[in-house]
Amino acid sequence: MNAFMISVRALVFFTVLAGLAYPLVVLVAGQVAFRHQAQGSLIESGGKVIGSELIGQHFDQSQYFWPRPSATGAKPYNAEASSGSNFGPLHPDLKKPVVGMPRDLWTASGSGLDPHISLEGARYQAERVAVARRIPKVVVVQLIDEHTEGRQWGVLGEERVNVLKLNLALDQRK
Amino acid sequence: MSTSDWIQIGVFLGIFLAAVKPLGAYMAAVYEGKFTRLDGWIYRILGVDPGEEQSWQQYSIHWLCFHVVGLLAVLGILMTQQWHPWNPQGFANLPFHMAFNIATSFVTNTNWQNYGGESTLSYFSQMAALTVQNFASASAGMAILVALARGITRRSVGVIGNFWVDLTRTTVYILLPLSLVLSLVLIQQGVIDNLDAYVKTTGGQVLPMGPAASQIAIKQLGTNGGGFFNVNSAHPFENPTPLSNLLEMIAILLIPAALCYTFGRLIQDKRQGWALLGTMLIIFVPFLLLIVWGEASNMEGKELRFGTVNSGIWAAATTAASNGSVNAMHDSFLPLGQFCTLFLMMLGEVVFGGVGSGLYGMIIFAIITVFIAGQMVGRTPEYLGKKIETFEMKMASIAILVPPLCVLVGTAIAVMHPQGVGGLLNHGPHGFSEILYAFTSMGNNNGSAFGGYSANSVLVNILGGVIMLVSRFGVAIPAIAIAGSLAGKKTTPVGLGTLPTHGPLFILLLAGTVVIVGALAFLPALALGPVVEQFRLR
Repeated sequence: MNAFMISVRALVFFTVLAGLAYPLVVLVAGQVAFRHQAQGSLIESGGKVIGSELIGQHFDQSQYFWPRPSATGAKPYNAEASSGSNFGPLHPDLKKPVVGMPRDLWTASGSGLDPHISLEGARYQAERVAVARRIPKVVVVQLIDEHTEGRQWGVLGEERVNVLKLNLALDQRK
Repeated sequence: MSTSDWIQIGVFLGIFLAAVKPLGAYMAAVYEGKFTRLDGWIYRILGVDPGEEQSWQQYSIHWLCFHVVGLLAVLGILMTQQWHPWNPQGFANLPFHMAFNIATSFVTNTNWQNYGGESTLSYFSQMAALTVQNFASASAGMAILVALARGITRRSVGVIGNFWVDLTRTTVYILLPLSLVLSLVLIQQGVIDNLDAYVKTTGGQVLPMGPAASQIAIKQLGTNGGGFFNVNSAHPFENPTPLSNLLEMIAILLIPAALCYTFGRLIQDKRQGWALLGTMLIIFVPFLLLIVWGEASNMEGKELRFGTVNSGIWAAATTAASNGSVNAMHDSFLPLGQFCTLFLMMLGEVVFGGVGSGLYGMIIFAIITVFIAGQMVGRTPEYLGKKIETFEMKMASIAILVPPLCVLVGTAIAVMHPQGVGGLLNHGPHGFSEILYAFTSMGNNNGSAFGGYSANSVLVNILGGVIMLVSRFGVAIPAIAIAGSLAGKKTTPVGLGTLPTHGPLFILLLAGTVVIVGALAFLPALALGPVVEQFRLR
């Protein structure tokens, strides 16, 4: 009985400490110090939210760069239902490699919300985007280079291009 | 594997190993009672006399009682969440079987997820139910390790410490400060932390929101692993950059590795702690390299910012430790990667394992190892100055048999029941692997998954919930019992016939024992899954 009463008091205490005080301290500190990130690194224009720098969006028109295939529920890049394809290597619906196409363009990402494609994946699409927009390919390639993020600190992760930011830059180019 | 892959593996191993000694020394100081300023008033609130020590039976009862109360609280919150504050998306109450599975999962430090956070749980549930258990289950595991260390150093004493003191000190001086720092760094990198409703973009995309960073920090540090979002740390809001990824990976192994040093300090023989860490590393590093090498050609289910190398390192770390968070979809791994992640869990989560629980599991394997070695030369085995006798061997046997039993019986029931196979996404050998992975994960309190398997059925929820409880308690209680029994014994002086337990010979013997016990129990099951799939791929 003693053990039970202490357990109840301990749970109430740790709920207040670790379940309310701790997350709220982090919340306030995060909002004060890094508000942009804490709110989702949103890209806004004229008071409207266009998207998040971190969350990929679906593009399928030829004048835009296309992101990686997405396996999120109901529709691609549905941020309310993050998901990978979860296809095993022998699953019949697993996409087969396309000769010459960079592999990130035919494989579904883990989250279904991957905001990036590889530098090769972007260059692979440059021709199509340039033709659709009737602009020289060199201009598109230059834009890709400007939007290429290197490895963090030169070491960590992979070189990549943020598709949403690149497409916004294409649209803003006059 | 490219040069960059090797560098990133080196950076990861280098940083977390460099942290072992300073963090380990700090934790030892906490458990030696060097910091007590904050805990006096906490004991008054709890109604505990910190000077009153407990026998192993009392320690177990209080430990168990805390888990039962925690389980009921989580169950209660989840089943009534629509009436609580901080639920901007209006998520409904969860049905019993689903809430039961989540409650057992978080109370046992498994953090298996039968739900997608962004489509199921309110912010209040995430904080007051799940974040609390992220701390509590981690602290409870570390408490047992400390009690075991006391059992080893004490001579002819009937008590092994006070559970509430161990629990409080772990939470207040170790987990909370580390989590606060990690949360803020993660927010700086882009992890979200707010209480807002989901944001709709001009294009119609709905961006999930929530108090994510505070939970993500502790789920990585406390080997919990339950993600704020469905895809866990593959989600860009949960793990936005390569740096956040590195920090989250290091956080997986940080405490389990540093505890080896802490243990060495507490038993006043640091070599023993280094030997246990060495054993973990000689099993861990080869599997890590195998996974990274095997996955180097496979981008399915992986995020571009991490690449294959960081997905491989993470997969090794999260299955070696009983963390269970993921940054890539293990279901889409090639057979070699599937085999390695499964096998690391099947070793009983003792290669790093859970915070506290991994090391007390490894110490139980060390007891088995000195027993086997003692049998070979016909001597009574000793470990750390204590004679290993019938009672310890009985308890150690229970502790190493319970997890395999849970895994194999659970898998067998699920493959024979329509609800067990109903949730499969893949079929053939990979379908079997999905079920085997689910029960291996739950039966070893890991929590990672082959995500294609929809495990939210009544059968899998209830069966899995029971298995998580049995597997957690079935190792923890014998470990506390061993602590009590060792505390009651005299210390045996080291003699000519004593097997030294800090040298390379013992490290190899121990690693061999861990691998052979795991392999004997599970190779037949692995042959039906990843091994068959590898042959079919050719």
